[in-house]
Amino acid sequence: MRPIVYIPRDSGALALGAEKVVRALEKELESRGLDACIVRTGSRGLYWLEPMVEVETDDGRVAYGPVAPSDVAALFDAGFLKGGAHPLSLGKPEEIPYLKRQTRLTFARCGIIDPVSLADYEAHGGLRGLRNALAMTPLEIVEEVTESGLRGRGGAGFPTGIKWKTVHDTPADQKYIVCNADEGDSGTFADRMIMEGDPFVLIEGMTIAGIATGANRGYIYLRSEYPHAHQILNEAISIARQSGVLGPSVLGSQHAFDMEVRVGAGAYVCGEETALLDSLEGKRGMVRAKPPLPAHEGLFGKPTVINNVISLASTPIILDKGGPFYRDFGMGRSRGTIPIQIAGNVKHGGLFETAFGLTLGEIVDDIGGGTATGRPVRAVQVGGPLGAYFPRALFDTPFDYEAFTAKDGLIGHAGIVVFDDTVDMLKQAHFAMEFCAVESCGKCTPCRVGSTRGMEVLSRLRNNIEPERQLEIVTDLCNSMKFGSLCALGGFAPYPVISALTHFPEDFRPTPVREAAE
Amino acid sequence: MSFVEEIDYGTPASKSENAVTLTIDGKEVTVPEGTSIMRAAREAGVEVPKLCANDMVKAFGSCRLCLVEIEGRGGTPASCTTPVADGLKVSTGTDRLQSIRRGVMELYMSDHPEDCPACAAGDCEMTRMSKKVGLTELRYGEGENHVWPARDGEANLLFQEQDASNPYFAYDASQCIVCSLCVRACEESQGTFALTVEGRGFESRIAAGMSEPFLESECVSCGACVQACPTGALREKSVIEKGMPDHSVVTTCAYCGVGCSFKAEMKGEEVVRMLPYKGGKANRGHSCVKGRFAYGYATHEDRILNPMIREKISDPWREVSWEEAYAHVAREFRRLQYQYGKDSVGGITSSRCTNEETYLVQKLIRQGFGNNNVDTCARVCHSPTGYGLKTTFGTSAGTQDFDSVEHADVVMVIGANPTDGHPVFGSRLKKRLREGARLIVLDPRRIDLVRTPHVEADYHLPLKPGTNVAVLTALAHVIVLEGLVDEAFIRERCDWDEFQDWASFVLQPENSPEAVEEVSGVPADLIRGAARLYATGGNAAIYYGLGVTEHSQGSTTVMAIANLAQATGNIGRPGVGVNPLRGQNNVQGSCDMGSFPHELPGYRHISDDATRAIYEKLWGVKLDNEPGLRITNMLDAAVDGSFKGIYIQGDDILQSDPNTRHVAAGLAAMECVVVHDLFLNETANYAHVFLPGSSFLEKEGTFTNAERRINRVRKVMEPKNGYADWEVTQEMARAMGLDWNYRHPAEIMAEIASTTPSFSGVTYELLDREGSVQWPCNEKAPTGTPIMHMGGFVRGKGKFIRTAYVATDEKTGPRFPLLLTTGRILSQYNVGAQTRRTENVVWHEEDRLEIHPFDAENCGIRDDDWVKLSSRSGETTLRATITERVAPGVVYTTFHHPETQANVVTTEYSDWATNCPEYKVTAVQVSPSNGPTEWQEDCEELSRLSRRIVHVEAAE
Repeated sequence: MRPIVYIPRDSGALALGAEKVVRALEKELESRGLDACIVRTGSRGLYWLEPMVEVETDDGRVAYGPVAPSDVAALFDAGFLKGGAHPLSLGKPEEIPYLKRQTRLTFARCGIIDPVSLADYEAHGGLRGLRNALAMTPLEIVEEVTESGLRGRGGAGFPTGIKWKTVHDTPADQKYIVCNADEGDSGTFADRMIMEGDPFVLIEGMTIAGIATGANRGYIYLRSEYPHAHQILNEAISIARQSGVLGPSVLGSQHAFDMEVRVGAGAYVCGEETALLDSLEGKRGMVRAKPPLPAHEGLFGKPTVINNVISLASTPIILDKGGPFYRDFGMGRSRGTIPIQIAGNVKHGGLFETAFGLTLGEIVDDIGGGTATGRPVRAVQVGGPLGAYFPRALFDTPFDYEAFTAKDGLIGHAGIVVFDDTVDMLKQAHFAMEFCAVESCGKCTPCRVGSTRGMEVLSRLRNNIEPERQLEIVTDLCNSMKFGSLCALGGFAPYPVISALTHFPEDFRPTPVREAAE
Repeated sequence: MSFVEEIDYGTPASKSENAVTLTIDGKEVTVPEGTSIMRAAREAGVEVPKLCANDMVKAFGSCRLCLVEIEGRGGTPASCTTPVADGLKVSTGTDRLQSIRRGVMELYMSDHPEDCPACAAGDCEMTRMSKKVGLTELRYGEGENHVWPARDGEANLLFQEQDASNPYFAYDASQCIVCSLCVRACEESQGTFALTVEGRGFESRIAAGMSEPFLESECVSCGACVQACPTGALREKSVIEKGMPDHSVVTTCAYCGVGCSFKAEMKGEEVVRMLPYKGGKANRGHSCVKGRFAYGYATHEDRILNPMIREKISDPWREVSWEEAYAHVAREFRRLQYQYGKDSVGGITSSRCTNEETYLVQKLIRQGFGNNNVDTCARVCHSPTGYGLKTTFGTSAGTQDFDSVEHADVVMVIGANPTDGHPVFGSRLKKRLREGARLIVLDPRRIDLVRTPHVEADYHLPLKPGTNVAVLTALAHVIVLEGLVDEAFIRERCDWDEFQDWASFVLQPENSPEAVEEVSGVPADLIRGAARLYATGGNAAIYYGLGVTEHSQGSTTVMAIANLAQATGNIGRPGVGVNPLRGQNNVQGSCDMGSFPHELPGYRHISDDATRAIYEKLWGVKLDNEPGLRITNMLDAAVDGSFKGIYIQGDDILQSDPNTRHVAAGLAAMECVVVHDLFLNETANYAHVFLPGSSFLEKEGTFTNAERRINRVRKVMEPKNGYADWEVTQEMARAMGLDWNYRHPAEIMAEIASTTPSFSGVTYELLDREGSVQWPCNEKAPTGTPIMHMGGFVRGKGKFIRTAYVATDEKTGPRFPLLLTTGRILSQYNVGAQTRRTENVVWHEEDRLEIHPFDAENCGIRDDDWVKLSSRSGETTLRATITERVAPGVVYTTFHHPETQANVVTTEYSDWATNCPEYKVTAVQVSPSNGPTEWQEDCEELSRLSRRIVHVEAAE
């Protein structure tokens, strides 16, 4: 049998040299007169082990990583095509504790299959959800999703079933499914991974959403920084169309559904759903006031489901195994699994899909393995650049929407960025305001003016200019921004600032020595 | 002296019929479903702070001052974007809300000039809002801002210089709070989309066009942005210069037939600004560059303020006293009548003057001159409308109000260019089109409406000038052939036999789209598509202009339009109808007031004994039962030597009437030409007596607009010449021995009402109470009639008329191969007597000839070249603009400038029924030229000579 070698085409792996490894492999195969089939997959999400090369053996797959081009010759020498022993050998990938501890529902196929092989996709359970959906009434599909307890994975945590129900119930001559793939939060990559590693699951999810709500047209709004995802999505959509998954008759049914990818232009605020819709319509990406909700008047004024990539990609498994199956994972009102993205100064950075409920401490210390620098973890920021900073004291917080809210934080898109004890929290607070100032669409005043003033006030604080007064002003400012802003950009910018102030007040105190020196 | 206050409800009214009741700050209020909480609060008497909302544009939700708390709901939603719901309990002024508002206001003020001139003048909402939210301390100190040009020797890159390029308003970015109200006003009210927000975040700034100066952008200077601006960022230059007004008066614009209501905001005797009045039912708070800004002519130094006389038109003018002038006129007219007969004198009423003034001029002629030689400038624009609609429907007027357009699903615009000629209606139409109404345009030119931001005509039928009747009849052909007529409507409201006769006529092969394609140049499939859309697209409304009437078959075209509307049942309800867009402010009124030689007020024929009896009794004279002379007849008679004297109020016939040479010859042949006008116009070159006129700002009265709406004109300043026009006419009458004693125009209106059935309910008290009324206004319709022919036609059964196409005699040939059509543009008005005396000249300093590149190539003409435009009537020169707006074979120009004298080339051909001149079709030759023609030079010399004035003071 011709040996099969799997290497990711995921951009994380590519950034770490996967392409060079492929070329080294090909060269080595040729010079040794060997034959092997190289299959490009997505990433399994263990980024400290990328580029991770896997080979198919009689006993399943064996993984090696991280592989450098210079390791390739030695791997051949060690007989890696047959799973031979080598210092880089990781054994069976599914036995790697980081993977073994996960509950992979949404990411079940990611890193395993060829992302643009519909046959692979189906062989690994793909399209079962869609086939089930086609046998159901739209309302039954909506009820199944409601039953699953799935909540918006983009960050707001709004129940997906209720959103679909609203669109289902709103009469219109045209409805749309819009996938928010403008993944802009720092330390997040789950959307990208699934789009690059298992695009059909997203296509299937959007199609299910279309059938459930009566929409026959879908758009994926993809951030421009994801060129590989763009290419893979387009390949996959084209294949899906050719094989009748998309088109006038979805899998031979009476339902029509088709979709296309639209690429953003680099504005963070276009990840906000209404600004995204404006941008998708070809306008300047400005936040719209709600109401009207997009579910009533969304894209081009028509009822629109706008969901995050992971929300949509989670629906095929729900329709495959049923709402209760999915619902039985998780805790409290946070049901199912969540792909946590561990990043920043961390030893084992990567994607970790698990049921809700792990504590922050378990995620950072046990799974993430502490900092990459080896210094103590001082703070983690959860939920992107506008998420709150959590100190070690709050590491017992379970990963759950409500639990985080109770601690004045947010899960957001489930990105976690780890900082060691060298972090300057005043600088981080300033960065939050700076980020908001750079990315503000400029529509509402608290965000447009407030973010710039926030930077100025924190700079004054840094320079010891009337520090007590600056602290008072910044607290008031955060209040105005949090409750006065039109959208979450201005509304959440105070979270990192206030959490830094609350949990790390020492970083905001004047430094008497410096003052004396001046 | 008081200010006309208008409440700003913050968001537009909801049109829902479902009522919702909620409680706001403990007050229960019931409003239509879909109303915003902000508006509901204002209706309950609670003013929620706001900076980015007004009730003319959709809510935006950006300023974050209007936040409220709702019991049982989290957060602090914006009241402007949150709709009411039954049983809501809303609080608008809690400590929490005030604290957020103070925080937001403090942010606003951190980027607002400390020494803001608008704040100091009380013309900036920032001050008021700061007070309202209790902001006392500004803590942010120095930081990034748009306010300082430079500090410590370093330029502030965020600072922008004031843009004063527009002649009427200035944009000062340092005072801008980026609320987007101007952008939204430009988009939603005006529909031009000239403004945008540039940059994002803190760098956001308002930009015109592609960051151009306002003057160079697409901005049409309608003033909506200035009106909407809550700060001093966009301010009228007049307000910057003169300071804030101290009182205001609601009055009516004196430009086009839309008849917009304005608040004249005054400082003493001086107009500080004209602000569109939201209560105005024609304009609903919108305006255009003319009404909003171009009122400066009223105080222009060219205005003649003293009466003048001269023996011969080659003499210089001699200033005289009013008494001398009146005595002279009376003496001369009596002499002429004695010498040449009773019918040797006549007069022309003005569509620019008030109803009351017009009524008096025709009364003077009928009672004082004892003949019916009265005509009006409406002769040369909309006389076919009166004739055509009276014949088919029974009323010489449009069928709808302007609000009706909000209910139209299909709009057919024929021979009109609303975005230039009737801009405020144009904006209201564009708004409806943006909401999804479909559009059909019949026009030889690709007018702006054919394709303008977010509006595109479904069908543009670029017909050859002069083929309206053929194309309209072809539309009828398709509608009848395909069974798209509304049979139930026709059977109920029209004469079925006449319909069948008409139907058989339109089905004749020469009326088929293919046959008409040959004649008109409009592809048959476009005709078919347009006909189907008009007949089947829902409420279909026709709006038309002078491109319909100013033809040899003008009246036929009006009747062809009426046929279409009747055949498809598009009459007698909102959203449909036949709507003439009147050229001048009081075209409708001057026609209503008996200005035509064959009609007494209210369109009653002079031969009608009962009607004559009413006036004979009242006026104490015997009236001639034969129609008098029309303008053209008067001029012909003058050339023949039988017509010798004329009183012309507010009409520059030399420039505006066709075939200028003929007009000049007629005037030159008269012995006493009395011109009553603001300025020494072109006609005054041939005058023997000049009586100074008064502007619309200087008198009381009424104008009647295109929708039959009688609007009040109110005096805001004393007449500079001493007397309102009605007073001058009255004194002339008294000098001729008539016992006129009107003390106020209200008394003239009382006489009109008492003698005219369709006006019998009109009084100034009613107008003050209702704002305006649309005639008929009588016992049957005490507050007027917005929509006519509801339930049945005024004449009884609607009448179908055969409309055979007869080509005009004006034909192209080897000598004159091109067809000239004329029109006007946004910034200028008619002969330009007013607008040329304002800053509007920056937009249009000369008339240009539009010519298609193909024809330009053939004629050897480049862009901007001087060209000679000649017809068999005459020739003139002007510069060329090469454009594809006109079709090959067609050239176009405006007639705003006396230097051009476009009417030198137009011919004496006219409408068969009404003599309305055929301005819209003249066969011409275009050739390269070096400069003005001999005629133009002679004219200019004559004008120079005839404007010499020997001042009384100098003589003393």
